Amino acid sequence: MEKAIEVIGLRSHYGQSEILKGVSLTVPRGKTSVILGGSGCGKSTLLKHLIGLLRPTEGNIAINGRDIAVMGEEELNEVRRKMGVLFQGAALLNSMTVAENVALPIREHARLNESTVMIMVRMKLDLVGLSGFENFYPSQLSGGMKKRAGLARAIALDPELLFFDEPSAGLDPVTAAGLDDLIIKLRNVFGITIVVVTHELASVFTIADYVIMLDAGKVIFSGILDDLRNSQNERVRMFLERRPETKTYSPDDYFRFIVGD
Amino acid sequence: MPSKTEAFFGSVGRRVILIGRDVHYASKIINDAFYWTFVSPVKGKPVRVRATISEIVKAGYNAVPIVAVISLFVGIILALQAAYQLKRVGALIYVANLVGVSITRELGPILTAIIVAGRSGSAFAAEIGSMKSAEEVDALVTMGINPIRFLVAPKLLALMLMLPALTVFADMIGIFGGFLLSTTVIGIHPYNYFQQSVNALLVKDVMTGLVKAWAFGIVITIVGAYQGFKVEGGAEEVGRRTTASVVASIFLVIVFDLFFTTLFYYFT
Repeated sequence: MEKAIEVIGLRSHYGQSEILKGVSLTVPRGKTSVILGGSGCGKSTLLKHLIGLLRPTEGNIAINGRDIAVMGEEELNEVRRKMGVLFQGAALLNSMTVAENVALPIREHARLNESTVMIMVRMKLDLVGLSGFENFYPSQLSGGMKKRAGLARAIALDPELLFFDEPSAGLDPVTAAGLDDLIIKLRNVFGITIVVVTHELASVFTIADYVIMLDAGKVIFSGILDDLRNSQNERVRMFLERRPETKTYSPDDYFRFIVGD
Repeated sequence: MPSKTEAFFGSVGRRVILIGRDVHYASKIINDAFYWTFVSPVKGKPVRVRATISEIVKAGYNAVPIVAVISLFVGIILALQAAYQLKRVGALIYVANLVGVSITRELGPILTAIIVAGRSGSAFAAEIGSMKSAEEVDALVTMGINPIRFLVAPKLLALMLMLPALTVFADMIGIFGGFLLSTTVIGIHPYNYFQQSVNALLVKDVMTGLVKAWAFGIVITIVGAYQGFKVEGGAEEVGRRTTASVVASIFLVIVFDLFFTTLFYYFT
């Protein structure tokens, strides 16, 4: 299995509290990997590290064999050109039309004439099923359409790596399934390495090739989907069977649990 | 248990570290803003022209009516207050000097700065703050677009141009306000008032006012951007930061005013 991303011993702090406690994982190339975990387990923080928004306290994050944890801003931007990110709320710039949003990375990184840019924008919008919405503003779109537009922007520069932060959050099941189909299509047709952060079980079983599960800042499972189904780990089973937390914390204990000592 | 002395030094230390961090962050924004506005265009990464024009319209052109009304009124008030004192010594013609000099040297720049801080400084903080909380700033970073270049450089350029421009306008309208009152209510002959104003005003007076205005433009942009980028939470914090940006920029405008006035007093 060829590695697209390799994380070794990643530690991350938010103020005094340790969010990630030595996370090591690999993401296989050309596959869809899902980072799974409950709320507050550190999966969003992990994603922010993978896309270079946060710097780790300790550890390495190798993307295509190059450690982004020690890179300067210029070099990091080179790596970012080959990545696309779809944020939870799509993060479209509200002051710009859908077409301008999708054209943004193209105009920034490529010197192309205007008609070529517009052709690329139309192709990307067509791919996500948003043809004809070029001149709409984000505020005029529904939640699902915003995510599709955000996806069009994320794939504008034909990235090798695509990250999704909770793609189905806030969407109805039908729209969420539509987005899942798109993710599968992107992997199959373009061979993009996809990393999805989610806690949505239904979508995990549809899209995932490879699953990494986090709990309280540590990796508790990584492997293919069948291994996940057969896992005997107590926390994994609780997650898969939707069993509630049996332990209830007193506020002090909960604080200690979050802080990690 | 730490002793009282330890606790005291501990709390002082924590404050100092926090303030140090804020200063560091603010200086980083100043540094980046100037880099992306003036240095990077030379290296082939130009400032976004359309965004700059749109900021110029929003911060400059749209502020014209309110600046006009306020400076007209202040011109009238100043003439009235001056006449109140000067008529006792029979020197009413000096109303023209007083209005002209105090408007160009002081009130024109500072009133304009306060209006722009209230209109545009707060808008900058709110815009950047809400983009920060909607992850739009993160999205820019992951697209390899520097948020300071994208958001702050056009605003900095716009205010650097528009604050002096609005100040010139405010100067003219303010002096016109004084002229209007003096020639009607006080009964000074228009030609005499005009001559007196022209004789009283030096190019130096107008220029020092414009230098101040230019500096105020920078202060307002940087404070707005700083408060905007400091937003971590949601809508509530955007509101808090917006208010803070207005208060801080008016305060800093006055501090810089004091600084420049002292400087000009000794060196011009």
